[in-house]
Amino acid sequence: MEYIIIIISAIFVNNILLSQFLGCCPFLGVSNKLSTAVGMSGAVCFVITLATLVTYLLQYYVLVPLHIEFMQTISFILVIAALVQMVEIVLKKVSPSLYQALGIFLPLITTNCAVLGVALIVVTKEFTFGGEPHMLNLAESIVYAFATSVGFGVAMVLFAGLREQLALNKVPKAFQGIPIALITASILALAFMGFSGLV
Amino acid sequence: MAVQSSFKNMVLCLLVICFVSSALLAVVYAVTKAPIEAAAAAKTNNAIAQVVPAFDGAPELSQINVAGTDYTYYKVSKDGAVAGYAIMAAATGFSGPVSLMVGITADGIIYNTSVLSQSETPGLGAKCTEPAFADQFRNFNPAEKDLKVKKDGGDVDAITASTITSRAYTKAVQTALDVYRAITTGVQPDGASGASAAGTASDTENNGGQDNE
Amino acid sequence: MSKLQLITKGLVKENPTFVLILGMCPTLATTTSAMNGMGMGLATLFVLVLSNMAISAAAPYIPDKVRIPAYIVIIAAFVTILQFIMQAYTPAMYETLGLFIPLIVVNCIVLGRAEAFANKNSVIDSACDGLGIGLGFTLALTVLGLIREIIGSGSAFGFKFISGDGILVFVLAPGAFLALGYLIVLFRKLTAKK
Repeated sequence: MEYIIIIISAIFVNNILLSQFLGCCPFLGVSNKLSTAVGMSGAVCFVITLATLVTYLLQYYVLVPLHIEFMQTISFILVIAALVQMVEIVLKKVSPSLYQALGIFLPLITTNCAVLGVALIVVTKEFTFGGEPHMLNLAESIVYAFATSVGFGVAMVLFAGLREQLALNKVPKAFQGIPIALITASILALAFMGFSGLV
Repeated sequence: MAVQSSFKNMVLCLLVICFVSSALLAVVYAVTKAPIEAAAAAKTNNAIAQVVPAFDGAPELSQINVAGTDYTYYKVSKDGAVAGYAIMAAATGFSGPVSLMVGITADGIIYNTSVLSQSETPGLGAKCTEPAFADQFRNFNPAEKDLKVKKDGGDVDAITASTITSRAYTKAVQTALDVYRAITTGVQPDGASGASAAGTASDTENNGGQDNE
Repeated sequence: MSKLQLITKGLVKENPTFVLILGMCPTLATTTSAMNGMGMGLATLFVLVLSNMAISAAAPYIPDKVRIPAYIVIIAAFVTILQFIMQAYTPAMYETLGLFIPLIVVNCIVLGRAEAFANKNSVIDSACDGLGIGLGFTLALTVLGLIREIIGSGSAFGFKFISGDGILVFVLAPGAFLALGYLIVLFRKLTAKK
């Protein structure tokens, strides 16, 4: 039950893009075409889940016992950068077809704030899923990270679909490109506000 | 670039950069540690001073276990007699915990409350920090008034469109009151207001469309 | 390019928010009020100037292939220093901006300036560039924050000038997208006439 609350909350109510504003760069940058949006979402989903697992372990088994929590930001970003590199190399060897699909997005992900953002949220924020405020445990963290990245994918794919339609319309010159995308995003965010109060 | 990308150079370069940055961080950490702790202590002390009547000496930090949860509280005294307790309590709001410092005088009246941290929506639930809402709990006598929002039959005016936040705030004050009773009389709260009430803020929420929080 | 030009180009011609459209996450998330926007802008400015200087000084000694990780470590170090300083001296602002302070590490503006400018220019020039871009970012965030605050809660820099509430949605997520979208349109119109 608790996991269902986490999942619904992360995908719809607190959508990472539309209500927390994490990962807006790819949201606005690579959402021109549906196919690239799907590829990017897949890569982000993979990396966020993996990165959260690794940084969670790093936080509780290395940084906290050694009392060097102040190295959090720097070690997390290094781990994420290394992880992205490793995923790229492994994918290339193990599954060339998946690499073809996700490969070009992987280097972009290191500086995607959604990845570092989720990793930091999980180890710093108190959650209130199922009653009393508490820190997430490992299983909850993974579920939360995965659900969040699914939320990223949902918003991304919806948005790309809208933008593909939009590209066929005549837009005033000053609105072309980013401004009209932002206004579309605003309407989408408005729609997602309807989910608030769901959990 | 002046330096070749040989394996040795790359490893050496990254090692040096990591070493220098870690050393730098350790130094800054050591330098700012005292001010950071002072800032945190100042925040707590301000909150305590705000919620209890005038006192002398330093607040006395203790912990107590009520209904399975540990609560932190500070006892303050004036002229050797207990002047009141500042109790830290939290409840689940709309977008996260609402943590309060609740001051209760020796005769069981809520002197004042202060928000320690909250992440409610700006303009809606975040209004719980404003006097218009928070001052209701100033000199609140739980023996005379009912510590519930009006919608639930109590005497607390909820923030417009933010019932969940208002409930959470009220619930945290109630928790502090339970802790206070446990401190002064040793009596644990009965089942109704203890751990089981924790989840009620959200599951009783079903009051028509205009309630956003 | 003179030092002054380096600083002023960040304000209008290469404004990171309105023209280059970089660093969207903090722009959208922290501009719920003018003060918050300004705080975030100044925090980024601090990291930008220092990391630009450090990277410009270190660039000749960094092998090309590992430059990105090297830059990220340098930037992350300055961000952590900023976290300590803010925690110690402006704890309230630190709490408000929360997660978005550590996330300066992955703000594309900072890494972008390192890659596009700092690694091939002198330390002084890089500092000016960082200052200019940082000021442009601060300006954009303050203006956006001010607009959202005026419409959303009827106050400016915390001073309330109407009784009651504003149009709340401007303080919430949809208002952020909407206000920024129209602001970019306005900026384009204004700069196109020149």
